[in-house]
Amino acid sequence: MPWDRNQMAARAAQELEDGMYVNLGIGIPTLVSNYIPEGVNVTLQSENGMLGMGPFPIAGEEDADLINAGKQTITELPHSVYFDSAQSFGMIRGGKIAMAILGAMEVDEKGDLANWMIPGKLIKGMGGAMDLVAGVGRVVVVMDHTNKAGESKVLKSCTLPLTGQGVVDRIITNLGVLDVVEGGLKIVELADGVSEEALRAATEATIV
Amino acid sequence: MKKIYGSAAEALDGLLHDGMLIAAGGFGLCGIPELLIAAIRDSGVKDLTVASNNAGVDDFGLGVLLQTRQIKKMMSSYVGENAEFMRQYLSGELELEFNPQGTLAERMRAGGAGIPGFYTKTGVGTVIAEGKEHKDFDGQTYILERGIFADLSIVKAWKADETGNAVFRKTARNFNPPAAMCGKVCVMEVEEIVPVGSLEPDAIHLPGIYVHRLIQGEHEKRIEQRTVRAA
Repeated sequence: MPWDRNQMAARAAQELEDGMYVNLGIGIPTLVSNYIPEGVNVTLQSENGMLGMGPFPIAGEEDADLINAGKQTITELPHSVYFDSAQSFGMIRGGKIAMAILGAMEVDEKGDLANWMIPGKLIKGMGGAMDLVAGVGRVVVVMDHTNKAGESKVLKSCTLPLTGQGVVDRIITNLGVLDVVEGGLKIVELADGVSEEALRAATEATIV
Repeated sequence: MKKIYGSAAEALDGLLHDGMLIAAGGFGLCGIPELLIAAIRDSGVKDLTVASNNAGVDDFGLGVLLQTRQIKKMMSSYVGENAEFMRQYLSGELELEFNPQGTLAERMRAGGAGIPGFYTKTGVGTVIAEGKEHKDFDGQTYILERGIFADLSIVKAWKADETGNAVFRKTARNFNPPAAMCGKVCVMEVEEIVPVGSLEPDAIHLPGIYVHRLIQGEHEKRIEQRTVRAA
């Protein structure tokens, strides 16, 4: 059985190491915070200007001045700190954030990533995604291996406008885990019950 | 020193003209200068270029200036919450210059700090880099981005003293300090103006040197995505 959204998030959470400063994207990456391993303390950055992002508030305690990068109401923790957007992206661009875990529409064997625009259809903007992939220490992508039509999203070369070039380090999909290496992608792990044959069949990219 | 004005309209008096560049603070609907936006709507000034991370929603934030067609061009990183924006953009009525969020923030900060351009690796190899100078430093490629020098900054803080020394609250700080810095004139709205001496000098987020005009008012502070967990 391929992994579901929560299993993908749980697998992505295994990438976290104690003491890391991490930025989690919108969608499945947000679920990663539910699976942070015991004994691993990470500090979550919200790129609109916060380190130490806490969980959603309980009803009645929402604060219009306290939101995450997805504009959702959140809470603070004892070690939380706030700063402006220029400083927030200064720490991203400056390589102070150890890892970003984010979603994607397409990735390719060169580590290129597309996750912000479908020409003529979806024109919302890149937000902070281009800054994050260019600046953080390690980029982990979490996504479904194929689209709704069954076509691979793990490509030889992205077809959509790029978010970053040669930026992806690791890809976690519903079928398994792949690393971007010299010459293509390397299979690191298969989802429970998924054969290497099935993963290869769902992958357009070169597997080395 | 006459920094404090009675209303948003008074504070903007003499500052607005058609075709001007305005830098606005705020992220989503959080920390937006809602009183100044309403006064700009009422002024009827048009053909505005607005540098702001987002464009509000249809009926709040900068969205109200899109409804009235007062904005000619937006410089933003994300405009996904605004259907009217999308409609005007797709029909060619509105110009849009996408900026990566951190590049936009740094362009404002740089403008305010007298820096006309800077190199960044954000966006290299993407459409954002097209037409921009590329330069290699220590084996890495960077692109040149320009500082933003706005005609006017409109920002919102939590509290300010009578000289404009300001403090923000939680994530409502966001783009407000860099936006405040990059304008020739900065008008700030706050929830409370407090006497000089009542803010801790070590805890000021934005020194009053950046703030030229100040107003106090009631804020709606609308929540865009109310999200809660089980108690």
